[in-house]
Formats: sequence, structure tokens, C-alpha cells
Amino acid sequence: MDFEDSKAEAAFRLEARTWLENNIPDDNDLSGLSNLQRAKFWQAKKAAARWACIRWPEAYGGRDATAIEHVIWQQEEAKLDLPNTSSFFGIGQGMAGPTLMAWANEEDKARFLPDLASGETVWCQLFSEPAGGSDLAALRTKAVKDGDDWIVNGQKIWTSGAHYSDWGILVLRTDPTVAKHKGLTYFYVDMKSEGIDIKPIKQISGASDFNEVYFTNVRIPDSQRLGDVGQGWHVALTTLMNERASIGAGSGGADFKSLKRLAQQVNIDGKPAIEDSAVRAKLASWYVEEAGLKYTSYRTLSALSKGELPGPENSIGKLVGARKTQDMSSFAIDLLEQQGVQWDAELDAEYNGLFQLSYMGIPGLRIAGGTDEIMANIIAERVLELPQEPRMDKGIPFSEVPTGS
Amino acid sequence: MNFEFDDDQHLIRDQARSFLGEHCSSSVVREVLEGDALYAEQLWNKVCEMGWTATVIPEEYGGLGLSYLELVVIAEEMGRACAPLPFGSSVYLATEAIMAAGSESQKKKWLPLLAEGKAIGTLAYAEGPGETDAASLSTTVSKDTLTGKKCAVANGNIASLICVLAASDSGEGASLYLVDTSDSGVTAETIRTLDPSLNYADVHFADASCELLGEIGQGRDLLNALLDRAAVLYAWEQLGGAETCLEMAKNYAVQRYAFGRPIGSFQAIKHKLAEMYVKNTLARSNAYFGAWALNSDAEELPLAAATARVGSCQAYYYASKENIQTHGGMGYTWEFDCQFFYRRSKALAVLIGSERQWQEKLISASDPVAV
Ligand SMILES: Cc1cc2nc3c(=O)[nH]c(=O)nc-3n(C[C@H](O)[C@H](O)[C@H](O)COP(=O)(O)OP(=O)(O)OC[C@H]3O[C@@H](n4cnc5c(N)ncnc54)[C@H](O)[C@@H]3O)c2cc1C
Repeated sequence: MDFEDSKAEAAFRLEARTWLENNIPDDNDLSGLSNLQRAKFWQAKKAAARWACIRWPEAYGGRDATAIEHVIWQQEEAKLDLPNTSSFFGIGQGMAGPTLMAWANEEDKARFLPDLASGETVWCQLFSEPAGGSDLAALRTKAVKDGDDWIVNGQKIWTSGAHYSDWGILVLRTDPTVAKHKGLTYFYVDMKSEGIDIKPIKQISGASDFNEVYFTNVRIPDSQRLGDVGQGWHVALTTLMNERASIGAGSGGADFKSLKRLAQQVNIDGKPAIEDSAVRAKLASWYVEEAGLKYTSYRTLSALSKGELPGPENSIGKLVGARKTQDMSSFAIDLLEQQGVQWDAELDAEYNGLFQLSYMGIPGLRIAGGTDEIMANIIAERVLELPQEPRMDKGIPFSEVPTGS
Repeated sequence: MNFEFDDDQHLIRDQARSFLGEHCSSSVVREVLEGDALYAEQLWNKVCEMGWTATVIPEEYGGLGLSYLELVVIAEEMGRACAPLPFGSSVYLATEAIMAAGSESQKKKWLPLLAEGKAIGTLAYAEGPGETDAASLSTTVSKDTLTGKKCAVANGNIASLICVLAASDSGEGASLYLVDTSDSGVTAETIRTLDPSLNYADVHFADASCELLGEIGQGRDLLNALLDRAAVLYAWEQLGGAETCLEMAKNYAVQRYAFGRPIGSFQAIKHKLAEMYVKNTLARSNAYFGAWALNSDAEELPLAAATARVGSCQAYYYASKENIQTHGGMGYTWEFDCQFFYRRSKALAVLIGSERQWQEKLISASDPVAV
């Protein structure tokens, strides 16, 4: 056990740091660009020097880096103030990429992966539907075979980034007469296809990052199918496992550092809040969770570096990360007392932006990518091997499953 | 970077687990809990024969000269078995104190005895309810003799040597002293406790002869440095206990039926156990980092130790109380073993400073910090 860099790792760290310091975008590069354009600018620059998706094979735009090198790279990136790329490319690079890597043919991998790595194309995930969220396999959007195409009708919902995405991964019902998990098939689709209609949904944060996506007689070529017909659930698990690994600890928003800084600046009883023992106790417990998540992710590296799929253990990252961030942002607002209510992007970010934004954004993270409750079920059933609950949807055709409507 | 134990360390864990599985079954714990014996003496002799007490002591002092990574592996297994032994006070406290601050002659005298288990050691600093204040101790030293009373000293009645925090009469403040308990000025009085599977005593010193351990006036710093090291070791022991609780709860949850189904299929139970797993996993990861910091004497040790300690205190408390809950009425019976861990979790939680004290230390050590 050794948390220090080896010689080779130290050399790699230096190489990464040097490149980053020499290439960090300045105001000239970024001024006048939207957040998406900034992300694309920075991602393209990284890709040109092969610092994008560094764990991917060189042939697909990566540099065949090891899992440890990836951690080192992330640590060095985190030290700098860089354009946020993960909110635009996270789904494509973290979920669509690995799924294509596992299930697409060689030609399609060569066609799509390098552009995914460089941020040239943005991908979204069209999984959830009004009738299928936690119970994803209850989705109803239908695909019917027509020659070399499939004709798709139905509705997806909560699709993050659909409005700026070029491609989407999706699971569709190809056979409603068999049991629900058996009648699904996995595809990818050009988001500019005729018959796709995207409508933004406004979130409680006021932003509109996700959408409803309607499909009306959309044609998807059979060549854009991943896995066999009826094997969609199996393919989707590849995506979901990678989703859990990629939405983890580093969810942004309130964290130990920002909350501690705040506690040094506001007073309790005429003294800095950081001197108050109740404040210190809370901060310490959150630090324990934050550090625990970080070292847990290091420990799972060995499994990942052996090429294993991220296991159900990774559900911890999102489960703990999201609720911790929620509690920390709530507590930060309490520390601000009466003024904590003020939320205005034009005022001081530390007092009137960061924690309020985090407070309003984080409820979404406890739901997205599997709710807290589903995460706890996964840990209990897949890791601890506790028995499943009795189910009303087993052993019957999907079309006979009760729906409540 | 490498975040795993090596094969030899895994082997030591496997051996320790199977050894304790055989020789430290729950009936051995129960015998000490219910009986008059102060500790499981036969088991102690075997543990010493295996060299566990000698793990990190250098070979020149009769030890095995292994690293802390081997010791934490053993500590976890001790916790898993809820071993009724004076292992922690002797190995994590007294041995560490002498290795860190002892003179050459103190090391020569005590380390071989501690390594062999012929001497049991402990540390005494508390003088009454509430946090100990090193600046106002009522135990004092005058002309190399020590006088005063220390409370709830782990193994105070079976220890051959006690490291005592006391105020020197020459006004230099608190220092650590070594007391050989064969001195007629030392009397120990066994006390009743929350965890009778361990043993504790109030120790009275009446002009007991003592030797300075380390520098005069450095008692507080020495103690803090010592507790940082011990915190990592206890964190592993606490983690071991928490893991047993999760295992017991899980086994019961699949066997016990209610409303026609295993209780483990109810989400209230599932989510409770998932939460245990989460807390244990985070505690383990922090304990890893603590073990590395201890083993490599890293400057991060104070922060790493506090993080490991707080994480393990919280995980063990949660797992031990919810293990009882998962067992229903059975869990509350004397006959069931759930009580062992509920008792032990609290005993270990206050042994070297409560969770609150370590939260305090964590924040103090977190400046500046990179998470
Ligand atoms: C910010 C955000 C972004 C998203 N982005 C995407 C995206 O890009 N692509 C995409 O496909 N989807 C996306 N989603 C959808 C997300 O995956 C679903 O919202 C989520 O899986 C929950 O499904 P649901 O909304 O239908 O809630 P439901 O499944 O109806 O759940 C309602 C409540 O019931 C509980 N519940 C349900 N089943 C169980 C059970 N078995 N045991 C215990 N409790 C249960 C849930 O935990 C929850 O509290 C996003 C969601 C959010 C909030």
C-alpha cells in the first residue's frame, strides 16, 4: 500500500501538469463563448494533444493510460480553474462511449469514438420515460421492424442535453408480448432525425437542462442496433454500470473546502463560525465522507485497471455524494442566517450564489441516474445478496403488467 | 500508487481470521463477559506465541520488525472477534509510547517483555468525568515519585507497566512517566464497566517510583502524537467489529421470516443494512489512508488518523445498534451475541478520546487541506 507516486507516476504527473499549465485557456480564448462552446474549445485542445479520454485506446482518441494515470490526470485538472466539460460530455464519454466500446462493431467504433473523445459530437441518454424511471424496463416507446429500419413511436422524458446533442443512446420496446425485460432492444439515433421533437422542461433550479423527447415515426436503421433484438436490457446494464461510476463523488456544489471557507468568514456569537464546536463536528463528519469516497474510488481502481466493469459497489459514490452535498448546502445557508435567502447570480458568488445554487440543484442528483432508494436496493440485493421483494410483474407478458392507469 | 495490501498481508489476515475463529469463538468472549476472569489468559498466551504482540517492535528488541500494514490487519481481526484481550492497551498504547519516546535502556528493558507478552502495558491519563486537561492535572511527580489517581485505565489491574500523564513539580507542565506496577505505591481497583469483556481499573499512585518517558514538559505533545498513532490502530479494530455486526445482521435477515417472507426482503431492513455497508466501506477506505500515513510517518498522519477514527467510531456505533434492531427481541437478549459489539463499540469510542474530540482534531489538522 502506497499513496505516493512511483517514479513513473511522478513523471506522468509532471508531464500532465506541465501540459495543463502551458495550455490552460485564457480569457482571450473564452470570451464571448457559451458554456458549451467553452467546453468544446477546451475538449478539442485536450484531444489534439491526446489528453482527452486518456484511458481509451489510442485508436479511438485516447492514450491507453492506466487507471492510476487517469486519477493523476484528474487530480491535476482539479487544481485548475478550467471550463466545465463533464456536464456536456459526461454522458457521451462516461456512458455512451463505454457501451459502444463493448457492443459496437469495429467500423462504428472507429467512426464514433474519436469524435466523442474530442467533444466534436455530444451524446445524450434517452432511457427514462413517463412510465419507466426507476422501473426502467417498464418503458413503452415502441420500435417496429420495417425492412432495414425500425420505426419508432413514443415519448422519452428527463433527457439531459437532448437540445444540444448530436446522437442519443436509447432502449426501445420491440416485443410487448414477452416478459418485460425480454422485449427490449438497444439503439443509437441521430438526434436530427425526422420525427424527433424536443421540448425543454423547466427544473426547480430555474434552468432547463433536461427535455421531453417525442418520437413520431422516426426511422432508425437496423445497423444502429447494439446487441441482439431482445437483448436491450443486457446492453443497458453496461450503460447503467458506467453511469454509476461516472456520477460520483465529484458532483460539484457545496463541499468541505467551500463550507469551511464560509465558516471562517461568518460569525457565531461574535467569533468566526469555524471556532464553534457544533460547526466543527458537522464539518468533520462531512470531511470523513468526502475523504472516504475519494479513497474508496482509489480502491476500486485496481478492479477497473484489470478491465472489470464497475461493480454495484460504485452506487455508494452517488448515494453518499448527493445527500452530503444537499446537507452541506443547507447548512451553509443556515450559517448565512437571514441573508442566506438571497440568491442572485449578479451578487457575490460565495454568499449569494454557490450554496443556493447547490441547494436547488442537488435534489435532482438524488434522483438522476437511479434514486437514493434504488441505490440502496442495489447495494442490499447485489452486494449484500439480500432477497428481492415480491414482484407483481414477474412471469407475465409485459402487456399484462399492472400500471395503475 | 498502490491502494491494496500485498499477498503476505492478505495471508496474515487469513491466518489471523482462522486462528481467532478457532480460538476466540463467542463462548470465549462470553466467558470473560460473564465470569471473574479479567481477560482470556489462554488465548492471550497463544496470541503472544504467534508473535502478534511483537509485530512492529524492531528485531533488536525482540520483535518481528514488520510494518504497521501487518499490524492493522491483525487489529481488524481482533475487532472482528471482539477479542477479550489486553491487546490494544499493550500494543497500540504502551508499546508505541516506549518506541516513540523511550530511552535506550527503557526500550531494552520493556520492549522484549512487551513483544513476548510477558509484560502487559497501558496508558493512563484520565482523572475523572469529562475531557482531561493536560494543563491542570492532579497527578503530580516529585523527586521521581508519582502520586495521584487515574480513572478507568484499560487493563490497569493486570498491567506491568503504565505510561502516566502527570504534572512535574518543577513547573514544566505535563510529562509522560513510566511506572512499574510492581512498586508498592501502585494499587489498582477493578471497576465495573459497560463492557465486561474488557477490563478496567482505577489506579492509585502513592509515591510510586517513576521514570520520565521522553522530554520533560512534552507530555501533551507526546500524548497527542501517540494517540494519533493509536487512533489508526483502533480504527481498524473498530472497523472489524462493525463488519461482524453487518455479517450477523445479514445472516439473520435472510433466515428470519415475517409476514411470509424473509425480513431481508423488506426495504426498511435492506436500507438499514445498505447503510451499514456504506458506512463500513467509507470507514475502511479512510482506515487504508490512515494505515499508509502511519506506516510511512507521513505529514498527513494527524488528519488521516482523525478521519479514520471518526469514520470508524460512527460506523461501529451504527452497525452495532442496528444489528440489535435487525434481530428484534432476540437481539436484546443476554443470550445473543449482539450485545458484545454494542458494548465494545462504546468502550472503544471513548478509550482514546470521544468522536467529538477527534472531530475537533480533524478540523484543526485540516488546514490547509486538499480533498
Ligand atoms: C436532473 C435529472 C437528470 C436526468 N437525466 C436523465 C437523462 O439524461 N436520461 C435519462 O434517461 N433519464 C434522466 N433522468 C431520469 C432519472 O433517471 C429518473 O428520474 C429516475 O430514474 C427516477 O425515475 P422517476 O422519475 O420515474 O421516479 P419514480 O421511479 O416514479 O420514483 C418515484 C419515487 O419512488 C421511489 N421508488 C420507485 N421504485 C422504488 C423501489 N423499487 N423501491 C423503493 N423506492 C422506489 C423512488 O426512489 C422515488 O423516490 C434524469 C433525472 C433528473 C432528476
